[in-house]
Formats: sequence, C-alpha cells, structure tokens
Amino acid sequence: MGAPSGDARAAEADDAATPVQVDLRQEDDALIASLAGVWNLENPTPSFDGLVESWPSRPTVEAIAFDTAELGTWDSSLLVFLLRSRDFCDAHGLDFRSETLPENIGSLLELTGAVPERDLERPESETSFLARLGARGQTSFEGFLASIAFTGEVAESVFRLLRGRIRMRWRDFWVVVQSNGAGALPIVTLISFLVGLIIAFLGAVVLRRLGAGYYVSYLVGYGMLREMAALMTGIIMAGRTGAAFAAELGSMKITEELDALRTLGVSPIDHLVLPRVLGIFLMMPLLTIYSVFVGILGGLIVSVALLDLSATQFIGGLLTPLTLSDGVLGVFKGTVFGLIIGISGCMRGMQTGSDAGAVGRAATSAVVTGITSIVVATAVIDWLAALLEV
Amino acid sequence: MDEATCIEIRDLTMMYGKRVIMRDLSFDVRRGEIFVVMGGSGSGKSTLLKHLIGLKRPAEGTILFEGEDFGAADDEARRGILRRIGVTYQNGALWSGLTLAENVALPLEEFTTLGAEAVAEVVSLKLALVGLRGFEPLYPAEISGGMRKRASLARAIALDPEVLFFDEPSSGLDPITASRLDDLILRIRGSFGTTIVVVSHDLASISKIADRALFLDIEQKTMTALGSPADLRTNPPSEEVHRFLTRSSGDRDTPASEHPPARTYPT
Repeated sequence: MGAPSGDARAAEADDAATPVQVDLRQEDDALIASLAGVWNLENPTPSFDGLVESWPSRPTVEAIAFDTAELGTWDSSLLVFLLRSRDFCDAHGLDFRSETLPENIGSLLELTGAVPERDLERPESETSFLARLGARGQTSFEGFLASIAFTGEVAESVFRLLRGRIRMRWRDFWVVVQSNGAGALPIVTLISFLVGLIIAFLGAVVLRRLGAGYYVSYLVGYGMLREMAALMTGIIMAGRTGAAFAAELGSMKITEELDALRTLGVSPIDHLVLPRVLGIFLMMPLLTIYSVFVGILGGLIVSVALLDLSATQFIGGLLTPLTLSDGVLGVFKGTVFGLIIGISGCMRGMQTGSDAGAVGRAATSAVVTGITSIVVATAVIDWLAALLEV
Repeated sequence: MDEATCIEIRDLTMMYGKRVIMRDLSFDVRRGEIFVVMGGSGSGKSTLLKHLIGLKRPAEGTILFEGEDFGAADDEARRGILRRIGVTYQNGALWSGLTLAENVALPLEEFTTLGAEAVAEVVSLKLALVGLRGFEPLYPAEISGGMRKRASLARAIALDPEVLFFDEPSSGLDPITASRLDDLILRIRGSFGTTIVVVSHDLASISKIADRALFLDIEQKTMTALGSPADLRTNPPSEEVHRFLTRSSGDRDTPASEHPPARTYPT
C-alpha cells in the first residue's frame, strides 16, 4: 500500500532493506524534514518530537515543512508519523506546511482532520463500595418491579383469553405442550429415577442403623411427593425450556419480529408469551406426577436389592402414612414452578438487548432467574404449609 | 500472468451443493482499479466475493491472487494472502463484544509485532480516516449503521491491504451517506493505490466509482458483460444489461391483462 507506481512494487524487495530516515535542515524560519527510505508498519519510526526538540536553533523555527524526494514506498506508519508531527505543530504554535507533501499523502491527512474529534470518554465508574452496592440494589429492585409488571401483563392476557377477546395461537401452544410433555420425558425419567435411588440409598444407610429400614419407602415417597419431584423437574425444565423461551423471543426481538407484531396492533404477550406460559403451566404438574412415580420406582429397586424388603412391603410402607395433602402440595409446587419457568424465560427473552451476545445472556439469565425463583418459592410454600399444618 | 493483473479468475464455476450458481467466469482484476461486480438480487455476486476472499473454494476453475492459487494454497500461503487483503461486509460484521478501537486493533495484533502504543496510534489514524475520530471507546451497538460500515472499513484497512473488497457498501444507507462512502473509496484508491473490488447493485454508486464492471446474468448463470459502466450503458451487450443499467423492468408498458398468471402452489 502506498506504492507510488507499479514499477515501485517491483523494486520493493530491494527497497525493503532501506531503513526509514528523517534528516532535518533549516531554511529561514522553517525546519525541513527530509523523509527517506521504506516506511513500513513493521519498521521502527523515529520520534518526531525528539528530533525537533533536539534541533539546536529550535527557538527560531516557526514552521515545519517536508522534503519527500527520497521517499520510498510507504504505508500507515508514515501517516502516523505525520499526524504526530501535525499534533506537535498544533501544540507548539508552529505552522504545519502540508502543501509540501505529495498530494495523495496530503489528501489523506486532510481526511483525518475532516471530522472533528468527539469527546466520547466513558464516565468513570463509581468505585465506592457503598455506591456500587446501592446501584446494584436499585437495579435488582427495578428488575423485581419489571417482573411484577410482566406477570401482570401475562395475567391480563389470560383474562382477555378467558373473555374471548383474543385468539390464542393454538399451534404454538401445542408445540410447547409436545416439547414439554413427551419431549421432556427422557430427561425427567433419568433424573427422577436417580433421585429416588439416591434418597433410598441415604435412607437405607441411616434407617438401618436405627432398625427402621422398613421406613425407607416412607422416606422416598414423602420426599418425592412433597419436595424432590417438583424441585428436580422444575430445575430441569428451567434449564431446558426457560432458556429456550428466552433464546427464541430474544432472537425475535433482535430481528425486529416483536416490533413488527406491535405495529400490527398485536400484543407480543398475547401472541407469543401466552401460548408458551400456558403450555409449560399445564405440563409441569403432569411431569411432577410422572416424576413422583419414577422416583418411587428407583427407591423400590434399592430397597428390594439392599434391604431385603419385598415390593409389597415397600408399597405398604409407602401408602399407609402418606396423605392426599402430601400429593396435592407437590403438584401445587410443580404448577407454581411451571408459571415461574414460563414467565422468567419469556420475560428475559423480551428484555434481550440488541447485540449478538444478548441472546446468550438472556438465556443464561432466564435459567438463573428460574432456578433461584424456584428455590425461593419452595422455601415460601414449605413455610406456609408448616403454618397451615398441611 | 500480466504485470498489471492483481487477481486472475479462470473458468470459475460456483456451486451450492449440486446447484450451479454461476459457471465459466473468466476475468482479471487489474492492479489499482476499482472493479465492480454487478447483477440482480440472487445472481451470485456475494457468492463470487466469498470465492475471491477465500471463504468458499471453487467447484471448478482457479482464482490466482498475484499469481498464487488461492484455492490450492496451504495454510501458511493462505495466511500470507489474507494479510494482503481487507474485506468490509454488508452489515459491517464488527465484533459486538469489542469496542471500535479493539475491532480495528485485532488485525494489527494478529499480523504485526507492533507494541500497544503503536497499535493505538494506527487505530486512531484509521478511525480518523473514516471520520470516526474519538469513537474508539464505543461498542458497535452504540453507533449507527453508516458508522458501522465506516468502522468496518477502518478495520479492513488496518493492515494497509493491497486489495480491498466491499460487499454492498451502500446497502441500507441514505444517498448522502452512501455518496460519502463512495468518496472515501475513491480517496483510498487515489492515495494508497489500493485495488478495490466492490459487489453492488447500486447504479449511482457503480457509475461514480467503477473503472470496470462485470455483469452476472441470473438467467444465463454466467457473466454477460465486462467493461466500463459508460461503455456498457452506450453499447449494452444484452437486453438484460441494458435493463439493469437503465433501471427498466422492460415490461412497464405491458397491460395488466397480458401479465403472466399468478403461480399456484400445491397445498
């Protein structure tokens, strides 16, 4: 780049060894910089400031001019050098004689100064711990308010659906049902079976020491029914479905599909969020019930293999102490978790930014929000259940 | 290979899977010229660009860059060729996680041994050349589409390439901004002597910047014209080229009743 002619290119190999050279001489009040050699980004360039400052009669110099008769091929390194010299002239009140440069170089220098520099320094971030803590707290609070508002919008949409004022996209709904029903069974089966197995192992070790091995079935049944089935299914679905909802809606936001819906007068909540939230809301209790049975099956296998219990004894020990309220509580939790996963996934998708990494961040955020909310909801529901003696 | 030839394309056939996009393309890009590849939407202009910059390998034929076969080059030779070219993509293709300064600095850090201070100086120079002086700390999402294209150009010229490729430089830009970008392209060629290959269907831009233009005919699946835009407009070698250069659909006077019937598709 910067080769003055086609012939120069042929001579480039020979010139490559010619080092950059800047010689100074004074003519009247002007300091003439003779530029010679091959100017290449990889070759070191002299410091213009240093050269001029060390010139013996520097105080009498009022202008800087250039002599490019010996200049070989050049690239951006020459422009950087000239920019530095122009800045030096500006800073020291010297006249920068760009007209002494070849036209093509002068034209590029002119281009660099065509648009004034913008001062776009980013504000220094607040370094005080308290200020950062406050800012983080404020952001969290605003996020909490936004999630309440989003939940309200979804609730409004549900009421509109019940009153027949909107038409839901049933095809989307059935896709969500299929994906979160039959489509989720393999992973739910695997995890629930292993959780049942683990609870039974723990129970076998502890209860056998107390001579109460028979109660392993009660532990497995009680644990799966009230807590573990809903919790594990919720965590699986938050990772699987919540992230998918966020990524789908996030991509749609980036490609302006959401704006296109709004300009048609169609609410994205009615059109896109409602089928997803309703789909997962309806499937989560069913998956929870399924998870209970698979977990108990895992527990049964360990009990029969390790504790010499028969299948009949296991089921007898399971059914006798359990009550309907244990089952209802577990299914209720699953239903709440379904709502949490649907709303957090869709909300994070709708809040997606506009850059390429935003979809990834939305999906991650949906999973974190979903799982955190599920754990908090579990604690709240258990506390209420204890208060109500359920 | 002629001394004045920078890129030589011989009997190039481009395919997607088994579908032929264009066949029998043979032309040269001369050193220091602005060469425009033009044609209608879907004619394979961008696909040709991808072949020229080595993102796609030719199904048949050869692409010689300064006498070196790009398609057959080993990794080291390819890297050597890539060091000498710069590309600006249709939507800028700036890396969204990096600031504008970091975007422009990346090729310098990858291909040169410059220190951080020297890199920063070159970055400032390149951004100043495209009118984005002082925009270094901003991210691509924080600037407009036109600025993104200019920042993409700053990145493309970071290494002072011998050949610059542009994919639809004026698409999505208002006429004034597009015209300024054309001026910038002309100025870069005029000052650095860079060979420039532009893929475009913007007639105003083609007329303004092109030394020579190649026309890709979507119906015949090959090139049907090569010459200066003025010559092609005066003596169009085919009706399709004439229609393209005069922005005429060719059937404006056809009564609606004579239009072909709407297509029907099996349900």
